[in-house]
Amino acid sequence: MSWLRVGLLACFGVLVLNLLPAWRTGLGPTRQPVPGAQLPRQFGQPVYAPAQNPPERRAFELGRQLFYDARLSADGTVSCGSCHQQARAFASPERLSQGVGGRPGLRNAPALQNLRWRRTFFADGGPKHLETLPLAPLTNPREMGTTLPAVLAKLNADSAYARQFAAVYGQRPISSYQLLRALAQFTAALTSASSRYDYHVRRAAGGRFTAPERRGQALFRAKCGSCHATELFTDGSFRNNGLNRRFGQDSGRVVVTFLPTDRGRFAVPSLRNVARTAPYMHDGRFGTLAQVLAHYDHGMVASPTLDPIFRGPNGRLGIPLTAAEQRALLAFLATLTDEAFCRAPEFAAPRPSPGGKVRAAVRQPGIAP
Amino acid sequence: MATQLPGAGRPAPRRGRRFGWPLLAVLVSWGLVAGCGKAPEPAATTGNLYLELEPTVGTAPLVLGPTLYPTGNGEQFTISTFKYYLSNVKLHRADGTHYAVPDSYFLVDAGQPASQHVALHGIPAGTYTGLSFVVGVDSARNVAGAQTGALDPVKGMFWDWNSGYIFVRLEGTAAASATGRYKYAIMGFQRPYNTLRTIAPAFGGATVAVSPEHEPEVHMEVDVQKMFVGPTPMRFATVYDSEGGPTSVQIANNYAAGMFTVEHIHPN
Ligand code: HEC
Ligand code: HEC
Repeated sequence: MSWLRVGLLACFGVLVLNLLPAWRTGLGPTRQPVPGAQLPRQFGQPVYAPAQNPPERRAFELGRQLFYDARLSADGTVSCGSCHQQARAFASPERLSQGVGGRPGLRNAPALQNLRWRRTFFADGGPKHLETLPLAPLTNPREMGTTLPAVLAKLNADSAYARQFAAVYGQRPISSYQLLRALAQFTAALTSASSRYDYHVRRAAGGRFTAPERRGQALFRAKCGSCHATELFTDGSFRNNGLNRRFGQDSGRVVVTFLPTDRGRFAVPSLRNVARTAPYMHDGRFGTLAQVLAHYDHGMVASPTLDPIFRGPNGRLGIPLTAAEQRALLAFLATLTDEAFCRAPEFAAPRPSPGGKVRAAVRQPGIAP
Repeated sequence: MATQLPGAGRPAPRRGRRFGWPLLAVLVSWGLVAGCGKAPEPAATTGNLYLELEPTVGTAPLVLGPTLYPTGNGEQFTISTFKYYLSNVKLHRADGTHYAVPDSYFLVDAGQPASQHVALHGIPAGTYTGLSFVVGVDSARNVAGAQTGALDPVKGMFWDWNSGYIFVRLEGTAAASATGRYKYAIMGFQRPYNTLRTIAPAFGGATVAVSPEHEPEVHMEVDVQKMFVGPTPMRFATVYDSEGGPTSVQIANNYAAGMFTVEHIHPN
């Protein structure tokens, strides 16, 4: 009987403890919600639900600081934010990403957005969880070039980090678990769902489409929507969209699955913020969206795994698009830009910068810093 | 308002969502209350059981370093690293039931003798007639995000760009290899190249009695040579690197066919 009472008391305690973070993250009458804590309904159930790493202000800020801290890299010159630049929806303007010592990477750094809804990551789908993903850039000699023990030693030697981690996670020393959970607080918070397209869908102010934008939307649904599907603009599959004959340089999904039928297949990327994320494709081969459309129209090459959608009658490859259709598609794709996301101070490098500095981005006209 | 948050102060979109969090919290708590409400089970008597995992190459004890060993296929090799995960330990009873040791993940490393001594605590007292375990880490834990303890990626057994744990790592030199070295990282938990193997080494009629008074020890031999002989003989001349995929599956099939044998059981 007394056991039961103790149990009930414990349960009550658990209930109160459960409500506390909810109050902190969602309900506080005076507090702002932690970025990313509110999920846009149109994306459906997240893969990485907030309950798995409840958004919490200090943990988020810690993750943000880590994301922009170049000291994590082998020579202190490269942070996550060097390659993933906010003004470009966290993509890189460089064709291939550049890591420590200017070493060129093998792929173009893509946008980071709406990662909670992803089952796999990278162009080949190798990483399968957002929390463990940073192990790849941290240890890749072409990216940050370090080791997990070296990063942890650096963090533990830094009294400010030691204090901050202890404030969030309690236990010392800083562990890989704490590092990965903190980084995921930031990366999972990168929700982008406030483009003009979104206002249009919600019939909200500022969301009126022009005639070309409307035509572009209809064209997109008909010709592109089977792969760039759902409100996330990807169906999460791996496809061959006719870039190469042999894929000798980068064979895509096959390196993960070892299945010859996956040679030349790459993850279908989301097209949100696509006007900001040039250059395009896994190898950054196209500098403009016009070039991408030209590729879909007449640039494709055949290979055994080319998606059947692209095989037209009489052996014609690709998706025929007239010049007017291409203009309309470009107009529509431009509506997918989420200005607020690319500028949100919450996601910017914290000031003062915690050390090193974010490598200067190549300024482009029309892109806010 | 100090900072403008993305999603804050925008036209109309997300009314109603604010209630998601507390609702979830209440539901979770309700679940816990319901769980707690069950009458507590009477504390069963428990004991400890130990697994002693002695690495060998054939009949010779495994020594890391320059010692040359035969593969059993006409080639020779040295071993600089031999590590593997042993997980999901189950103790079987004569009546067909079993006890699954909760959260049992162990990294056994020939370079860390203490790790070859696996302690299983809190085992319900009773007589067990068999043992089974997974060599590797079950698929769920491979995709469960940041882990601690034996599964901490700092242990060097997590493959990052094609993420998942390395189940067995064997490295060293081999004259027959084109590079003079070999690296076997057996991993992969997805079909068709799933290398997870459940091993149930025979007790040969012996039993293990666990009780507060007795701390029995199951002494096993772990014969690395079995990675090379078995269903698909492995030769360094053709396979000196294996990082998942078909060759990893072949090696896993080899070791599943007899790398672990129960040598004897100390009742203690
Ligand atoms: C040197 C440049 C570089 C650095 C530094 C870098 N990344 Fe990346 N990141 C990339 C590239 C390139 C890819 C795409 C990899 C691929 O497809 O194989 C990528 C992909 C990702 C993805 C998956 C995106 C997707 O759509 O699949 C995430 C998440 C990510 N990086 C987070 C991080 C974090 C967190 C850090 C810091 C710990 C980091 N990156 C550091 C270049 C970089
Ligand atoms: C059969 C599926 C499929 C169809 C249909 C398709 N795409 Fe793609 N798309 C892909 C894949 C796969 C990639 C990534 C290829 C890579 O990374 O190398 C891609 C990449 C892109 C990119 C580059 C994005 C980036 O960030 O690099 C753009 C832009 C794009 N597609 C637009 C379109 C448009 C516009 C259409 C319709 C005319 C279309 N796609 C139809 C599969 C498809």
